[in-house]
Amino acid sequence: MELMEKAGKIHEELLKSFEAKIERGDAIEPRDKMPDAYRKHLIRQMSQHAHSEVIGMQPEGNWITRAPSLRAKQILLAKIQDEGGHGLYLYSAAETLGISRAEMIEQLHSGKAKYSNIFNYPSLTWADIGAIGWLVDGAAIVNQVSLQRTSYGPYSRAMVRICKEESFHQRQGYEIMAKMMKGTKDQQEMAQDAMNRWWWPSLMMFGPHDSESPHTGDAVKWKIKRHSNDELRQKFIDKTVQQAEVIGLTIPDKDLKWNESRGCYDHGPINWDEFYRVIGGHGQCNKQRMAHHIKVHNEGAWVREAAEAYRLKKEKQLLHS
Amino acid sequence: MATDSQLAMWEVFMQSKPGANYIHAGCVHASDKKMALQNARDTYTRRGEGTSIWVVPSDAIVASNPEDDDMFFDPANDKVYRLPTFYVMPEGAKAI
Repeated sequence: MELMEKAGKIHEELLKSFEAKIERGDAIEPRDKMPDAYRKHLIRQMSQHAHSEVIGMQPEGNWITRAPSLRAKQILLAKIQDEGGHGLYLYSAAETLGISRAEMIEQLHSGKAKYSNIFNYPSLTWADIGAIGWLVDGAAIVNQVSLQRTSYGPYSRAMVRICKEESFHQRQGYEIMAKMMKGTKDQQEMAQDAMNRWWWPSLMMFGPHDSESPHTGDAVKWKIKRHSNDELRQKFIDKTVQQAEVIGLTIPDKDLKWNESRGCYDHGPINWDEFYRVIGGHGQCNKQRMAHHIKVHNEGAWVREAAEAYRLKKEKQLLHS
Repeated sequence: MATDSQLAMWEVFMQSKPGANYIHAGCVHASDKKMALQNARDTYTRRGEGTSIWVVPSDAIVASNPEDDDMFFDPANDKVYRLPTFYVMPEGAKAI
């Protein structure tokens, strides 16, 4: 009993000094003492973030061979390479918390770890590539700008790097949309159709309303999360409406209107049934995305094995020379 | 069957321009030095962020322990005579 009391007291003191550090605004670094719940929350959030970057390469990869010009193809390739890079920044930042890359991939494949719901929607036309860059990356940027000030040092540093690169992504998407809106009637309709399909899923990217969000409490207290889901969603809506107007696109929300007293836009209800249905595995592409990732991962195993074998051979040669 | 491996971890340090300090950028996985260097280039310098890269096996890094910070860095705190502002300069002396 005495021992338990002592352990409890030590635990309490550690938590106190950790929270004092957070309160002061100090960053937490990998070797610092941190509560298990903090570590767990970060592993969950950062691995999900990393998986999203990597799975997000699939809907865009769908259009590499069909990009309408060499310029567009080069840009798309560079963008997708960036997404892979962002996944790597985040995996390596998550690894500092003591989880291995292999474990994270295993958790993705088993369904224990999630990735952003948005990538379970299909990219049907070239305009979808515009909409993904402008809206999906646009929404991701709002979230990532906020996370630059997250309390965990390696995560924050990865976010700073990612934000520098993401603005190119959003601009290239907006340029595609603007170009199509200046084109033929068919092209304009294609752009509006993409807008109609991607707008609501983009709003869902910020997650459930604050009143419904199960992970918010500790994440805010420990400054992992610096703004709430609804605050970030509002920020995204407010900056995107004007951009849509400039190029003549209509936001597919009849309830959307400027609220003078709040100084921001009101929006219509979000279809959360759809959100939970897609998270639950019943989106259009859930199975396809995961099957593709598993297939590529397994097909790449021989490359990793060969690299290891080559290293061993070289080390042996060095030993005998 | 050989067990699947995600390859060893390497820490990446980059110099943004000649003469600058090497700064930690993150890490990569690779089986050997050459692959580590190439992966570091592909991952961390897609926009000319660096002119030179170091890669170091992660397990070769030795780090201080944050719990020992007070004791470890204490000698730096009580020797203010290591700072130029500690000294009283005669009135009127220039360029010192």
